[in-house]
Amino acid sequence: MKAMSCKLLVIGAGPGGYVCATRSGQRGIDTVIVEAKKPGGTCLNVGCIPSKALIHAADEYHKVARFAAGDSPLGIGASEPRIDLARTMQWKDEIVGRLNGGVAGLLKNASVKVVEGWARFRDGKTVEVETETGLQTIHAEQVVIATGSRPVELPALPFGGRVISSTEALALRQVPSRLVVVGAGYIGLELGTAFAKLGAHVTVVEALPRILPQYDAALTRPVEVRLRQLGVEVLTGAKATGLTPAGDALAVETGDGQHKALAADHILVAVGRAPLTAGWGLEALDLDRDGPFLRIDARCRTSMRGVYAIGDVTGEPMLAHRASAQGELVARIVAGDDRIWDSACIPAICFTDPEIAVAGLLPEAARATGVEILTGLSPFQANGRALTLGEDAGFIRVVARADNHLVLGIQGVGAGIAELSAGFALALEMGARLEDIAATVHAHPTQSETLMEAARNALGHSQRHHAP
Amino acid sequence: MGERAIKLPDVGEGVAEAELVEWHVKLGDLVREDTVLAAVMTDKATVEIPSPVEGEVIWLGAEVGDVVAIGSELVRLKVAGDDAEAPAPLPPAASAPRAPDADRPEPRAAVPRQPAPAPQTPLPRPHQASAQTSGQAWGAPRRDGEKPIASPAVRLRAREAGVDLRQVAGTGPAGRITHEDFDAFVARAPGAAPSRGVAARTAITEVKLVGLRRRIAEKMALAHARIPHITYVEEIDVTALEDLRAILNRDKREEQPRLTLLPFLMRAIVRAVADQPQLNALYDDDAGILRQYAGVHVGLAAQTANGLMVPVVRHTETLDLWACAAEAARVAEAARTGTAARETLTGSTITISSLGAMGGVASTPIINHPEVAIVGVNKIMTRPVWDGAAFLPRKMMNLSSSFDHRVVDGWDAATFVQRLKTLLETPALIFMEGREP
Repeated sequence: MKAMSCKLLVIGAGPGGYVCATRSGQRGIDTVIVEAKKPGGTCLNVGCIPSKALIHAADEYHKVARFAAGDSPLGIGASEPRIDLARTMQWKDEIVGRLNGGVAGLLKNASVKVVEGWARFRDGKTVEVETETGLQTIHAEQVVIATGSRPVELPALPFGGRVISSTEALALRQVPSRLVVVGAGYIGLELGTAFAKLGAHVTVVEALPRILPQYDAALTRPVEVRLRQLGVEVLTGAKATGLTPAGDALAVETGDGQHKALAADHILVAVGRAPLTAGWGLEALDLDRDGPFLRIDARCRTSMRGVYAIGDVTGEPMLAHRASAQGELVARIVAGDDRIWDSACIPAICFTDPEIAVAGLLPEAARATGVEILTGLSPFQANGRALTLGEDAGFIRVVARADNHLVLGIQGVGAGIAELSAGFALALEMGARLEDIAATVHAHPTQSETLMEAARNALGHSQRHHAP
Repeated sequence: MGERAIKLPDVGEGVAEAELVEWHVKLGDLVREDTVLAAVMTDKATVEIPSPVEGEVIWLGAEVGDVVAIGSELVRLKVAGDDAEAPAPLPPAASAPRAPDADRPEPRAAVPRQPAPAPQTPLPRPHQASAQTSGQAWGAPRRDGEKPIASPAVRLRAREAGVDLRQVAGTGPAGRITHEDFDAFVARAPGAAPSRGVAARTAITEVKLVGLRRRIAEKMALAHARIPHITYVEEIDVTALEDLRAILNRDKREEQPRLTLLPFLMRAIVRAVADQPQLNALYDDDAGILRQYAGVHVGLAAQTANGLMVPVVRHTETLDLWACAAEAARVAEAARTGTAARETLTGSTITISSLGAMGGVASTPIINHPEVAIVGVNKIMTRPVWDGAAFLPRKMMNLSSSFDHRVVDGWDAATFVQRLKTLLETPALIFMEGREP
């Protein structure tokens, strides 16, 4: 058995772990990172990046398909498009491969030692890794747990055969003719929409009464409308009870008590993600939990001295950029800087059609803090750029305190709105007031003008409200 | 066009009047809705008065330092038709309004009839920083537990400088802490050594005492003028007390507050005034009545950024040592952060004045009128003490206590301090149930 020791050991090379290890290595800290698969984690290999590649391919295909159908208001015609999904997946894999190489290069340039294999805790500061060349022991002064999460399995629908998770859905070589998606969260809807655009007949089964239940109804309505236009059937309040006896369809109990069988080539189960806390000796450490997640404080410290945790394993929001920010934070703390998690917001994007972008508090959550609020909304129908893109669904909404107009949240739904989220987050981090956004000159003609209009509308409401 | 009078609104806490501490506007200014017109101070809080309408300032009803009754007119604005109200005759102003324009020597008579000149400057932005006008750039105080607003860059600077941003006042929009606010805070913080001057400095700065500073001045003058103080200094051997305190702090549960000497002294005072109720009293010298209180409400003289405040721990007789410590910490923090409620700052019946490590050898505390006794704590020093055979190093601390000699005789004062000495030197007595022998 080989043994090595280091100052910082990072377990998991996802967007949390690799950022932490890279920053730490750049600061001259002796750092080792353990990863069983390719560097980049869920996000890069089987999550954000490949799904966005697939969504883009689906959008392109769908656009040409509409031209071919002769219903382009732009007057563009085209012949019937074809898609070679295997080729699409190859393109996607090339992107992923380039990014894998990029992450590996970052780690190498930062002098981080990469150990390939599954880590298993022996004690809080020592892990064993089963590598190709035998068992490797690594002892570290400080440890960062960045093991991430995995798709949740339904007991009635174990993965295998027709029942797939998002990982397999992102590796399909053929467009299924009938796809059933269990779960109308952002993962299920993003992939379901993409396959619908690629020509699959898609049915979405959701146990709750609404799609995307973390958002309010106004934000999700444009997505519902678009799903209907794409021919996606959405069964809300419906429960997937298992495969039919023949095994080629999903048995569903609908809200009104009816039993249905939904025939499907594939059944994509996307009902959430669970932290990866089992199977690597974590039980022996007996770290404090927060539900299924590892409990951390504002410095990402677990209940054991010198053991940090970052990313999905620490809970919601399970987002790559949160993990990376936590990774950066821990790297600085380990290097001796005094740092604390004090971000005002973690923006979140749902890459449905249209996209939903959220930063800070939704109106209901803002009200729940006990302050009086103002909201202002501006629809993309009133935005010239949105009209020239042929994408006028959706709006941007601003939530602010009524007393001092401090912006508490910005959210919106609309085509391409993901790119506007940078402005949302910046406004919140800088402590902007409605007046700041309203008085910032926004370039014309861009969709970003809608943010300025939303802030103005919120101010307009306040003036009307206070008028004698 | 019409006129609109802005009255001083009820600023809460049941106060009937407030002191004008700052004008944010001057005659002729154009203001928007929500532009801050003025800041007024009640007993504790500074409140900004926003304009309810857009208009031009044509009359100011008070000068900085004036005490204004709730409901009296503060500002008159010339406003567009919709916002006007029936013009009322101008009330005689409590004092002449400020006249910043030299060419208008009689502003009170001239202003209401004469339109003010059109402003050369654009509309003022709401919530302008006001450092030049008052020397105190305090924004509206944040409520307890409210997160300070600052950009990531300012947050990082604070973290690296070890500054808790909750302590820093924000003058930016919505109370945002700007880089300048942070610079000002760091510059004011203790430890910043003054640079060596080379040229003789001849400037004289006149600082008008307003707000809390003026209140302190008035109160001190009253107490000193009316009360013939007798100050009695005695030394206390606190070696045993300090040993006990160290043990309690070592073994305390995590949620328990760290004990200072203060809670022991609070408990000792509770015991001592049980024997001498005339010391836990308020002397109404106009009526000639001494009101002895059954409850012991201990005032704690505390230094805040604005000056001296005396938050009160009420009914100390009901609190054990830990509760005394927790309550003292709570009220002192509330006073320091400006979040203290009115009842936290009034109603004390006896006061402790402590400067901790700055306590010095002896002091002459001024009684918190209309109380009759104040106990001043001086610093603990290890001194050689002759025990009859040898010099021993003992932890010694002086108490400098003042009494109102009109109602407290020297004998009573001495008895009280000797009782405190006995309790503090044998701290077990503080915790004895019932009367010790």
